[in-house]
Amino acid sequence: MTQLKVVGGSPSRIDGLDKITGAANYVDDLAFGPDLLHAEVVESPHAHALIKSIDTSAAEKVPGVVRVVTGKDFPYRFGLYMQDRLIFPTDRVRFVGEQVAAVVARDAKIAKRAAKLVKVVYKELKPVLDLTEALREDAVLVHPDLGKYPRCPWFFPQAGTNLAHFRKTRKGDVEQGFKEADVILEDTYTVPRYAHCAIEPHAIVGLYDLAGRLTLWSASQSPYTQRHVFAQALAPLGLTHKDIRVVTPYVGGGFGGKAGVSMEIIGAALAMMVKGHPVKVRWSRAQEFYNTYQRQGVIARIKLGAKKDGTITAIEHSLHWDAGGYVEYGANVVNAVGLSATGPYRVPNVKIDSVCVYTNLPPGGPYRGFGYSEFHFGLESHLDRLARKLGMDPVEFRRKNAIREGDTLAYGAKMNPSGLHEAIDRVAAEIRWGQRESPKDPNKVIGKGFACFWKAPAMPPNASSSAFIKFNEDGSLNISASGMEIGQGYLTVMAQIAAEVLTVPVSRIRIEPPDTDRNAYEWQTVGSHVTWGCGNAVKAAALDVRGKMFEVVERALGLSRDTLYLEDEKVKCRARPDFELPFKDFVISGIQTPHGNFIGGPILGSGVFMPEFTSALSDPETSQGGHPNVHYTVGAAAAILEVDKQTGRMRVLKAVLAVDVGKAVHPGLVKGQVVGGLVQGLATVLYEDIRYDLKGKLLNANFTDYKIPTAEDLPDEIVPIIIEVAQPDGPFGARGVGEHTMIPAAAMVANAVEDAVGLRVKRLPITAEKVALELHGIHYDDVKGSYMGLCFAGEPESYAFRTTGAKKRK
Amino acid sequence: MEVEPSDILLDVLRDELGVKSPKIGCERGDCGACTVLLDGKSVRTCLILAIEVDGCEITTVEGLSRAGLTPLQQSFLKHDSFQCGFCAPGIVLSATELLGKNPHPSEAEVKEAIAGNLCRCTGYKPIIEAVLAVSSKPARRL
Repeated sequence: MTQLKVVGGSPSRIDGLDKITGAANYVDDLAFGPDLLHAEVVESPHAHALIKSIDTSAAEKVPGVVRVVTGKDFPYRFGLYMQDRLIFPTDRVRFVGEQVAAVVARDAKIAKRAAKLVKVVYKELKPVLDLTEALREDAVLVHPDLGKYPRCPWFFPQAGTNLAHFRKTRKGDVEQGFKEADVILEDTYTVPRYAHCAIEPHAIVGLYDLAGRLTLWSASQSPYTQRHVFAQALAPLGLTHKDIRVVTPYVGGGFGGKAGVSMEIIGAALAMMVKGHPVKVRWSRAQEFYNTYQRQGVIARIKLGAKKDGTITAIEHSLHWDAGGYVEYGANVVNAVGLSATGPYRVPNVKIDSVCVYTNLPPGGPYRGFGYSEFHFGLESHLDRLARKLGMDPVEFRRKNAIREGDTLAYGAKMNPSGLHEAIDRVAAEIRWGQRESPKDPNKVIGKGFACFWKAPAMPPNASSSAFIKFNEDGSLNISASGMEIGQGYLTVMAQIAAEVLTVPVSRIRIEPPDTDRNAYEWQTVGSHVTWGCGNAVKAAALDVRGKMFEVVERALGLSRDTLYLEDEKVKCRARPDFELPFKDFVISGIQTPHGNFIGGPILGSGVFMPEFTSALSDPETSQGGHPNVHYTVGAAAAILEVDKQTGRMRVLKAVLAVDVGKAVHPGLVKGQVVGGLVQGLATVLYEDIRYDLKGKLLNANFTDYKIPTAEDLPDEIVPIIIEVAQPDGPFGARGVGEHTMIPAAAMVANAVEDAVGLRVKRLPITAEKVALELHGIHYDDVKGSYMGLCFAGEPESYAFRTTGAKKRK
Repeated sequence: MEVEPSDILLDVLRDELGVKSPKIGCERGDCGACTVLLDGKSVRTCLILAIEVDGCEITTVEGLSRAGLTPLQQSFLKHDSFQCGFCAPGIVLSATELLGKNPHPSEAEVKEAIAGNLCRCTGYKPIIEAVLAVSSKPARRL
């Protein structure tokens, strides 16, 4: 292979200048003129209630109100993987804060005032606010119509229950596996809900113009998927895909929260009601917390067996997810975990039950890590504990069982190339594993914690990417693709990939956020897949362009295309070392022949990538037979944690994370993902502590009470380690990295806490308050007060993991 | 210009004057995305009434770089300090205020100066590094 010149370097971000000068426009910054209308939604105060009547007459009389809209105007369903939502519910509300109507007015203040005048009469129903209750035989049903909703073929909802999806994975014989084990450990872990907290709240502006065209300017990670969901939902109004255009300017943070379609459907629907006028829906910070998506809560029971020598023989992993009132996206999180909850280990006998349960809390959905952060907390905690029981070093235990290329995964497919062993070794060395650190302050103790991680993109088998490339007169070029720049550096990485093939420097490449009218198709920017998937499409487009340049040169000048190559923005020829043709001399205007005519014309290329080797078809009872995941990105991480024995306050003195990215197209951006992801992950264990009251109302929907890290809440030192075991089907060997870096954070801290003070915390978060109380002999749950962080009120250890309601009605 | 007594400075800047770099992130002073310099001092415009600033000088990022990128902005660019960029205008201004008062801050002082500006993407490290990198050099516009 020739030496790479651009891939592997770290050019300045393409969007850097836009962002430090204030030039970057986000949806709310776009100007729409004086006829822009503003919308305010009317929200349900109840977690579960029937809507008896809605009286909009008082609101309609407020001067400046243009239109009041309710579910009667739009009795249409929508959803990404299962259409379980109405744009505005007509029958019942399913979480506190759900939209039941909207007021469109000349200005935002009028809309807000008028929204308060909409009178909604409810009949309260018993809310489903406990997983045990939700799965009882006589449970109150969140969705009495479950079973009738259109859905993707890999979901298995059970009509007449609250069980929205049940992913079962079975491999080998777990009973036999546990018989072969010398040591078995079984325990329960809980992970509450979390909020994404992108600093930009969701916003959408919709314009249904007088000619019948619907344009949406949307703060989204998923322009094409949004267009598709809008087109499906609004089809009864006569709209088709070509009538809908989604434009996505810069997005102020996504983390999964701006994937799929959540509040954006309101903007699309309202625009249809005020033809000719743009209408804006902008979420408040509070709405951002309770009416987009949240990371789902989960209670997980793990039974793990190993031989004396440390060989894992079997795992039984049951996970019951509090998925909220709608699971059109969230059930796929549950699905992804159900396939991969072994973690990155060789486990011969596997039983995984991942169960998606409807509850009356806000809708669960995608969040950086897509379920993997949640199950890794329990699993990686459990591995440490089992290692202790075996009398084995936890890192040695992981190394012994770490997965290798070609190993059979839980669902029968083979593991991709992986640098997991290298990651474990390098993290252990960097963290000085096995050496005790001594604190200067006698009130403090220092411990070390280790965790491995893996994650695959969760994508439909036909999720595809495409790209166009066109040249400009001066030989600079434009890439048109529809990945989304959510901060990860996608634009720069795509430019590097094209630059590598075409020898045009990154500084002479223009690539912008998408517009579905103009840019090539991309499924969504989720799953850490765009460097790989969209990168493959851009590389294919660049190769297409190169082929077309060679073809023109061959036709015009008679040089065989097999002898041509590109260098420094010129076409050169191995057979004629004196020949060189700068791109700018022919990529638009063609090549003139001695006869005076021109050959060629504007050079355009296109490229497409679809993972044709994947399949979601498998036996629903075992998950055997398909190839649901394209590949896993693996790695390891560790922390040195200082714990104050008096206050419980924890400080991460050093964090190390190694991740196998296949090939770091831009090592600087990879390190940015490691640092940012680790800090986001550490926040879920040390600071963020979501709280609902016992009627399902979110209590801390703001940054005062829901603490995300500031610049003063960082580890003293973060060491990113990049490992490069090439992904054979990735562009230049690259695979994804965005989500993975937050996955090991919670478990490595939990393990470090136990190492430091002997306290095993099995319930996230691990706040200073919790640690201090436990160290003083006070059980946190006894004093925490009446609130909940996931839909579960009882003692986790006594949770029965029953799905009897489901079985009975089957 | 005329404003209503109840108009919030942030809304006036964005909607009346068309200055869009101060962002709406929380509308309660938590996130710092709406930060501007008011007579050289960083303030959250979501917490200030427009009538309160009559006669004051307001600096936003648009104005800061009118004569070219400041050394601090160049350092942010060089360090790839921002990802999504939504918090960037506020952090650029908070850090500008710091360096104006204290050209050679310690790491702790940098952290304190930007602690009122939330960033969810970067983990702050590349922002802190960029400020420290410029703090030891003489201020000079390129």
